[in-house]
Amino acid sequence: MKSDMVLIDDKGKRLDGRGFEDLRDIKIEAGVLHRADGSCYLEWGGNKVFVAVYGPREAIPRHIQNPLRAIVNARYNMAAFSVEDRKRPGPDRRSREISKVISEALEKVVLTEQFPRAAIDVNIEVLDAEAGTRCAGLTAAGVALADAGIPMTDIPVACATGKINGHVVLDLGKEEDNFGEADLPIAISPRTKEVLLLQMDGHLTLDEFNKAFDLAIKGCLSISELQKKAILEKYKTVLEVE
Amino acid sequence: MANEKRRIAYPSQILGDTKSKRAGRGTFIEKDKIYAEKLGIVNSQTDYINVVPLKGRYDPIVGDFVIGIVEEALSSGWLVDINAPSPALLHVNEVPWNVEFGDNEKYLNHGDAIMAKILQVDESKKLQITLNDRNLYKIKDGHIIDVEPSRVPRIIGKKGSMIALIKKYTQCRIFVGQNGRIWIDGTIDSIDKVLRVINKIENEAVTFGLTDRVEELLKKDAKDVR
Repeated sequence: MKSDMVLIDDKGKRLDGRGFEDLRDIKIEAGVLHRADGSCYLEWGGNKVFVAVYGPREAIPRHIQNPLRAIVNARYNMAAFSVEDRKRPGPDRRSREISKVISEALEKVVLTEQFPRAAIDVNIEVLDAEAGTRCAGLTAAGVALADAGIPMTDIPVACATGKINGHVVLDLGKEEDNFGEADLPIAISPRTKEVLLLQMDGHLTLDEFNKAFDLAIKGCLSISELQKKAILEKYKTVLEVE
Repeated sequence: MANEKRRIAYPSQILGDTKSKRAGRGTFIEKDKIYAEKLGIVNSQTDYINVVPLKGRYDPIVGDFVIGIVEEALSSGWLVDINAPSPALLHVNEVPWNVEFGDNEKYLNHGDAIMAKILQVDESKKLQITLNDRNLYKIKDGHIIDVEPSRVPRIIGKKGSMIALIKKYTQCRIFVGQNGRIWIDGTIDSIDKVLRVINKIENEAVTFGLTDRVEELLKKDAKDVR
């Protein structure tokens, strides 16, 4: 579907004034919920996401337990008020798919062999949505898992790229997502650069795909630094010797 | 070690390579490099690098004394929550009472608290606990609080110095389980005092000279009471 909506102006700026390779503003805060074992609050442009991690604890019902490793249960949920028209509450086809792909991405980095028969629950609650909530949710989940003290090989990070008006750009906004030609969310393990999640909506040529892929990795790496800063920021006070 | 600068490691942070140091607890090795696997404080010994966790569940070790809460009575024992990734089994043979078959619920039931010792941890992390040891029994009164399991060594102190200090100034009976549960029994005022002190220890666990500051706090409070 080709739309005639103008997403890039004559000066090469996007609707919100960003260049092609600029991210939206990101704010990350670790350890915000005192009931959860680990938690994170993330603002990414207009997205607002809370993530709470519980566990590792006994997996219930017992038949879902894996005798060799822990299972990671991510639950992605959008609040009814997170979008303009009220979203009907409860899991739907879209949120179940996102929960599944995020669970699998997280399972890859968590050292699940250390907790046989246990479950690690990751609740991702989207309070305000403005395109790219699965990336925001996964990025916040990475920080929350680290905050919960769960052993893992890396802190996962996600970022989307896409194509609007014929240009490959980083981190699509709401209009760009709705009226652009393609959307490509990617999650990586920043230390090894392994891909944990890759989905694509729309069409890209091979050259465009490669360009978008490299751009997404660049975006992920800069967000990864923000994640680490947020974790260290939260816990630097424990070291302060008077 | 006293003046060595401590630093925090996040998961995947690179700590060194396997040529100069050996990877200790809380670390993993990939391609001859040592990485932190969880959030914690780097503890660099002469030949080992460890990461002491800041947060996380209790990792059971055989011989630890813990406080558990009974989840369920089974036909041949009880399932007990000890704040570990999976519940622990307390078999009827491991209790000091002579339990007749089917009478399990008369002795321990859902919600009861017990002091127990970890008897066995097998390779698939299945846990067994026992009540057959000194001073282990069902808890009937007092107060149980939860703290981070990683803070327990600080609350106990070197050779029990911290806990002895708290007991001396508050006249409370205190039992610290390795799993981060603490049982306190005494008057309401003294329990309150213990709670405040433990809160302080939890918040300042990694700083130096904590025992002295805690003693100061306890002394000051003792004056207020008089």
